[in-house]
Amino acid sequence: MADLKLTNVSKRYSNNVEVMRDINLDIKQGEFIVFVGPSGCGKSTLLRMISGLEDISGGTLEIDGEVVNDIPPALRGIAMVFQSYALYPHMTVYDNMAFSLRIAKLDQETIDHYVRKAADMLQLTEYLDRLPKALSGGQRQRVAIGRAIVRKPKVFLFDEPLSNLDAALRVATRMEIANLKESMPDSTMIYVTHDQVEAMTLADRIVLLSAGNIEQVGTPLELYSLPRNVFVAQFIGSPAMNILPATIYACGETTKVNVAGQTNITLPIKTDAGEKNKTAQFGIRPEDLQVSENGDYVISGNIEFVESLGESTLLYIKADGCSDLVTCKLQGILKFKKGDDVKLSASPEKMHLFDANGMNYREV
Amino acid sequence: MMAVSSSRSSLMWVVHITVFILVVMWTVPTAGLFISSIRDKDQLSVSGWWTALSVSEQRLVARSEHPDKQVFSSDGRYEIRGNILEHQDSSITKFGSSSLRPDEFDVGVVAQLKGGKTLQVLENGDYIYSSPEQWKGKRGKRIFYTANIPPRFTLDNYREVLTSEGLAKSFINSLAVTIPATIIPILMAAFAAYALAWMKFPGRALIIAAVVGLLVVPLQMSLIPLLKTYNLIGEFFGVGSKGYIGIWLAHTGFGLPLAIYLLRNYIAGLPGEIIESARVDGANDFEIFSKIILPLSFPALASFAIFQFLWVWNDLLIAMVFLGNNEEQLVLTGRLRELLGSRGGNWEILTASAFVTIIIPLCVFFGLQRYLVRGLLSGSVK
Repeated sequence: MADLKLTNVSKRYSNNVEVMRDINLDIKQGEFIVFVGPSGCGKSTLLRMISGLEDISGGTLEIDGEVVNDIPPALRGIAMVFQSYALYPHMTVYDNMAFSLRIAKLDQETIDHYVRKAADMLQLTEYLDRLPKALSGGQRQRVAIGRAIVRKPKVFLFDEPLSNLDAALRVATRMEIANLKESMPDSTMIYVTHDQVEAMTLADRIVLLSAGNIEQVGTPLELYSLPRNVFVAQFIGSPAMNILPATIYACGETTKVNVAGQTNITLPIKTDAGEKNKTAQFGIRPEDLQVSENGDYVISGNIEFVESLGESTLLYIKADGCSDLVTCKLQGILKFKKGDDVKLSASPEKMHLFDANGMNYREV
Repeated sequence: MMAVSSSRSSLMWVVHITVFILVVMWTVPTAGLFISSIRDKDQLSVSGWWTALSVSEQRLVARSEHPDKQVFSSDGRYEIRGNILEHQDSSITKFGSSSLRPDEFDVGVVAQLKGGKTLQVLENGDYIYSSPEQWKGKRGKRIFYTANIPPRFTLDNYREVLTSEGLAKSFINSLAVTIPATIIPILMAAFAAYALAWMKFPGRALIIAAVVGLLVVPLQMSLIPLLKTYNLIGEFFGVGSKGYIGIWLAHTGFGLPLAIYLLRNYIAGLPGEIIESARVDGANDFEIFSKIILPLSFPALASFAIFQFLWVWNDLLIAMVFLGNNEEQLVLTGRLRELLGSRGGNWEILTASAFVTIIIPLCVFFGLQRYLVRGLLSGSVK
């Protein structure tokens, strides 16, 4: 139930390796924020810095307007759910949930009230006397969440809480977490994951990190439809966006580009005159490509291989002028085979254009 | 696949055979010791423990009743009657009247001896010694006999060592040395191990290196300096040179490096997220240690407790240096050594004493061994 503000936060280890640089982030009360990024991008480190388990080397972290850089974890008003659950194996479910309250020296009646309320909310009441080893993975995860709830924290921190669960349970628990958020609309939640489906479905806003930097902050659909740069464009969405080499040959209210030496396309993107004759990167998502019907196309090539998934068909196309295979995702079951020549078209609104440094020409 | 499974099964055989050999090597002497200790001391001295259940043949000597008890029988001879067997379940096979030929006559035969004397010994031990003249002398006559004696078991040996040999007192002394000398180093080592594993402070790596270095310091090298230092400090506080405090401290010191090393390794292997979770839950280091680390480390604590307990219990050297030789301070190992000197031929004393000595280690081992194998961690982290 609090605002979080990170100002110029950085993290340096004792051997002077800087793993986080200049992180600026404003999180409003009640927001569900997801940190997402590839392995080693620093998302867990950032979460641990917010929790207080890692020191902050530079900048300030404020919770509710109070700088908490040097305040120990327990006094920051946060609760954390760990990837491995980190339940206390020698204590029953009840004792696990009551642990923090007992440390805080609450009276037995209050502890009992809070624990039973949380257990009720998470359907754990009948398991209160069990040890963690007698629970299934999903139940353990719920105990870990329950342990966080009883503390009534201002901020919930989740560190990849679903990555130890199997696929079916992961979907179910994801919904439970969404419900939990709904039942506690005032709680701020920060959730770390490498799974973009979790990020897209749960987040109010996504913070996409890469190599210790924030690449983009925005709602899931903003990141999907208006990626700030090539990295974001390729990270969000599956299969990843196709990036084709292009050259700008006319600028203005619309921009004309030559894509992979094959076709000339007019994009509804405004560019300055100085961009003329520069190389650029043309982006198009696999699901935005269709087989050309009227002869106009963006890219053509030879099918290298076909993947039929039932609901959709993936084509991997070797196109002239492109070093990487072009991916195309078509709905339904289609009869393509290896070696076929295809021409693919797309609507101009769905096309993306990035400069040589990877930044989007559209205003983000 | 075939090669893998066959090499695995042959390895299994090696394991099984090795285990079997180890069990035999360990069990047979223990059983022998135990059986010897409860055998009758006369049987123990003539046959090995593996014959304990069979009838043993013994050559024995008895004396007839005193000549006072002679009677004048109806056929004009002087007779001494009686029974030479101590236990009624034995049976006599041969007898004789001279130490040169103790098995001259078969049982039941009326033996003609010189001077017209006759001796008859029956299987059940009854005998008739008769003479044409009156029996004289102050003692009964010697009768040599060979008897088959059935196996006999007794707790007399234990009764004897525990009372007259002073083993009971030594037992208490050993406990008085061992229990504190086990608990003190474990407590200290557990604290140190937690700090060395999970608390960040400058010089931590150096301290760990020093502890590992201390592991290889030979005990014998440090005995004399240690004793001198102890006496110096003891003088200052007015504590005598030999006493329980000294031996507790000595065992603690010698046990600590290994204890810290083992426990640190175990505690460092506990999942860090559990400790971080406790920290987020508001626990301070002491609470994390006492409420999380200590219960989770129980298997490691128990296994070190077994090591330390056995080592202290079986120790003779440190006890000889730091404890006196009097009744109040002599531990079991010291008492055993004394018995070896003074009662070296009395196997029944030595075996019973030895078994009394190993009872506690056996109980400790069987009581705590399940903690050696049980993992408390199952289910906490996936």
